[in-house]
Amino acid sequence: MAVLVVAAHDGKTVRSNVANAVTAASQMGSEVHVLVAGSNAGEAAKSAAAIQGVAKVLDAEDAAYANWLAEDVAPLVVKLAPNYSHVVMAADSVGKNIAPRVAALLDVAQVSEAIKVEAPDTFVRPIYAGNAMATVQTADKIKIVTIRPTNFKAAATGGSAPIEQIGGTGAGGLASYVGAELSKSERPELTSAKIVVSGGRGLASGENFKMLEALADKLGAGLGASRAAVDAGYVPNDYQVGQTGKVVAPDLYIAIGISGAIQHLAGMKDSKTIVAINKDEEAPIFQVADYGIVGDLFQIVPELTAAVEKK
Amino acid sequence: MKVLVAVKRVIDYNVKIRVKADNTGVETANVKMSMNPFDEIAVEEAIRMKEKGQATEIIAFSAGPAQCQETIRTALAMGADRGVLVQTDAELQPLAVAKLMKAVVDKEQPGLVIVGKQAIDDDSNQTGQMLAALLGWSQGTFANKLHVADGTAEVKREVDGGLENIKIKLPAVITTDLRLNEPRYASLPNIMKAKKKPIEVLAPDALGVDIAPRLKVLKVEEPPKRKSGIKVKTVAELVDKLKNEAGVI
Ligand SMILES: Cc1cc2nc3c(=O)[nH]c(=O)nc-3n(C[C@H](O)[C@H](O)[C@H](O)COP(=O)(O)OP(=O)(O)OC[C@H]3O[C@@H](n4cnc5c(N)ncnc54)[C@H](O)[C@@H]3O)c2cc1C
Ligand SMILES: Cc1cc2nc3c(=O)[nH]c(=O)nc-3n(C[C@H](O)[C@H](O)[C@H](O)COP(=O)(O)OP(=O)(O)OC[C@H]3O[C@@H](n4cnc5c(N)ncnc54)[C@H](O)[C@@H]3O)c2cc1C
Repeated sequence: MAVLVVAAHDGKTVRSNVANAVTAASQMGSEVHVLVAGSNAGEAAKSAAAIQGVAKVLDAEDAAYANWLAEDVAPLVVKLAPNYSHVVMAADSVGKNIAPRVAALLDVAQVSEAIKVEAPDTFVRPIYAGNAMATVQTADKIKIVTIRPTNFKAAATGGSAPIEQIGGTGAGGLASYVGAELSKSERPELTSAKIVVSGGRGLASGENFKMLEALADKLGAGLGASRAAVDAGYVPNDYQVGQTGKVVAPDLYIAIGISGAIQHLAGMKDSKTIVAINKDEEAPIFQVADYGIVGDLFQIVPELTAAVEKK
Repeated sequence: MKVLVAVKRVIDYNVKIRVKADNTGVETANVKMSMNPFDEIAVEEAIRMKEKGQATEIIAFSAGPAQCQETIRTALAMGADRGVLVQTDAELQPLAVAKLMKAVVDKEQPGLVIVGKQAIDDDSNQTGQMLAALLGWSQGTFANKLHVADGTAEVKREVDGGLENIKIKLPAVITTDLRLNEPRYASLPNIMKAKKKPIEVLAPDALGVDIAPRLKVLKVEEPPKRKSGIKVKTVAELVDKLKNEAGVI
């Protein structure tokens, strides 16, 4: 049976993590379909059709889908689900919001944040902030799975799947969208950036994050933070890396003024190379760092920024 | 209106957990247990609603072994009015917890249910959304701010790109994110008072809920360890290593 990937998108393109979800889905079943639900989402449907390995794109047009309210999108997925062995979503804020609602409506379990597909019914997922890996098997007929994008390679583009228009299910009237306050940034998106520069409480103020911005811009890096830095209001909530924030796995992660609590490590310890800058040589972050440098970040960061070449 | 809050008993977030030698799970014997931190935020939000005159009664719900009474007592000491424990030693998965909560919601008829966005042990991030689905209610997940008035709730949500505002009809399920509030500590007099507050104990059978697990845990293992790295003395040395050894810049 085919596998349905439910794609989040901005109306123009599907999110980059959909390509990772397609790779995961292709390990679960014979054929991958992608659902693009939206209002005027034709362009996004085209971007999904261009992902290699996609056999068909379903473009569901309905004003009710414009803002991805779980109350309105879930009934559509529930309607389509019986044609599929699996429904797959990336474990981002859209997938985490919608997938469990779909699962409960279908009376099936959900496998959250799968990092590996062992078999079509068996998945590995991290528990306890990644301090243990559970292998779980589901007996449900329709399997609802969210996947952790950083653990699956993105499928390449260059495909040309057919796009089928399907009808919508309308608005249930339970919820309405008011607006968003999105962080504006020219920098690469945190979860797909090749390099991430992250700051913690050691930065001591939001103003001081400018120093990290300068380094990030020179490296072409995304900018992240610890929970403590977000809670203190230095940076917006969407910067948070960790167990209860975003999971990143870039080629290079530079942790600056971050102690390395297990909740933070959960979000970055799969990075290829980790650098830690901290004045406390006992800080736990050094236990996961490939290269550590003990000292005052206010001295080291400007020096580092000057020493690296602009990308 | 009544507000129902969920309080899950989990291994304290400060504990470094150990995987059992037989790979069946995680060592829980003689380990410090606490209320899931996101649930402390849920309890706090309900208490603030009561202080503003928006909530009339706060019911703290937990499902699990008898020791969950301690978790409920903590909620009562913070300011919840009474507790409901669905007692079982069986493994509970999110769908089962949502069904148990639905049975209690059907009985108690709260106007709002507040749960944590994620339990820090199993990290599922499912229960609230599942409960909303089973009840046919709206859901305000990952709440950063909550404003209740005139049969609706305005919810500011923490999402990938920043914050999002939605308006949902009550009754509804809210799931808490870290920045919703800062939970209070229970004062000693309130801890004493909490000992007299009632906790109703129910059995899953009595609620007519099938709690059989749907996911079978085949094994639980240690994650792969990172090999330990080195300390460098100077920025020049660091840049050299990143360029020539790691090849990442
Ligand atoms: C339910 C729950 C969920 C959580 N989820 C997350 C999560 O998703 N992500 C997350 O990050 N945390 C999370 N946490 C919080 C986590 O436990 C830590 O409190 C947090 O990560 C600490 O942030 P920090 O390292 O910036 O701050 P601190 O622990 O205070 O560390 C600051 C570090 O900066 C160093 N420093 C200070 N000044 C300088 C200087 N001038 N030069 C160099 N170094 C300096 C210090 O030596 C110290 O090591 C969670 C906690 C709970 C309870
Ligand atoms: C490897 C493994 C081993 C396990 N071992 C055990 C075990 O030994 N014993 C056992 O009982 N379970 C065990 N479980 C089951 C697991 O703890 C359940 O999945 C869990 O009870 C459901 O919560 P969650 O963390 O998945 O929910 P989430 O959806 O992450 O929780 C979100 C919120 O829902 C509410 N909530 C969830 N559960 C409860 C609850 N029980 N009471 C009150 N509120 C709740 C809380 O508000 C919480 O903040 C195991 C699971 C795995 C994968």
